Amino acid sequence: MMIPISYYVAVSTLMFVIGLVGVLVRRNFLIMLYSIELMLNAANINLVAFSHTLQSHEGQILSLFVITIAAAEAAIGLAIIVVLFRRRATTNVDELNLLKW
Amino acid sequence: MVQSLFFFYFSSVVILSSVLTVGLKNPIHSTVALLSTLLHVAGLFILLHAEFIAAIQIIIYAGAILVLYLFVVMLLDLKQTETILTRQFQVALFFGAVLLCEILLALLQAPLSGIATISRVTPNYNNTESIGVALFTDYLLQFEVVGVLLLGGVVGALVLAKQTPTK
Repeated sequence: MMIPISYYVAVSTLMFVIGLVGVLVRRNFLIMLYSIELMLNAANINLVAFSHTLQSHEGQILSLFVITIAAAEAAIGLAIIVVLFRRRATTNVDELNLLKW
Repeated sequence: MVQSLFFFYFSSVVILSSVLTVGLKNPIHSTVALLSTLLHVAGLFILLHAEFIAAIQIIIYAGAILVLYLFVVMLLDLKQTETILTRQFQVALFFGAVLLCEILLALLQAPLSGIATISRVTPNYNNTESIGVALFTDYLLQFEVVGVLLLGGVVGALVLAKQTPTK
């Protein structure tokens, strides 16, 4: 209980911003997925920290659901990457402009 | 004292390896940095007395998801032709810095110290047993919906990856 919750919120904010900048800056589809995982983890830190402060387990249950959604997202994203790589032989999102006009 | 030492260790390594995950050029190195991030986030969860979530984090994230990513990195044989310093870089850094300053300023103004009053304080709130009981009673519908979502994810991944190129 010695560490105030605002420290945890600051760490998760920093991690979220790093993930956000990663999604905006990197052009590799795989690294963009990694950045999304970073943002989901930052949200999990927040949920568990507030669950600890409020003495309630609802934050932990929510973070369990977030982890599950992250697993589903990783499976679908990796399948999309494999299909794209098979057709275009690239994972650079700047070259995947089929739906742009 | 020991607790704050561990907190600063875990959080500094989390931040450092998040930066490395985003910044490294080789995808394998990025994956290893992401692994380090996830393990130290699990350490933060243990500091918050959420042992069950920490175990789930290590088993599912570091054990399952990251190995899946590693397999794909290994199969794809990625070339390192990416330039990081695109023209979006300054804009992205600007918006990231604005968001960071905003939230940190809000934290400094109101340090979240007086919020420890809630109507539903759960006894033994960090017990794995109580989490399991709540998951199968109060949150049963959400649990089932997440199960259906996972099934959809599995079927979707299979359908996507089994496509034969028809060109």
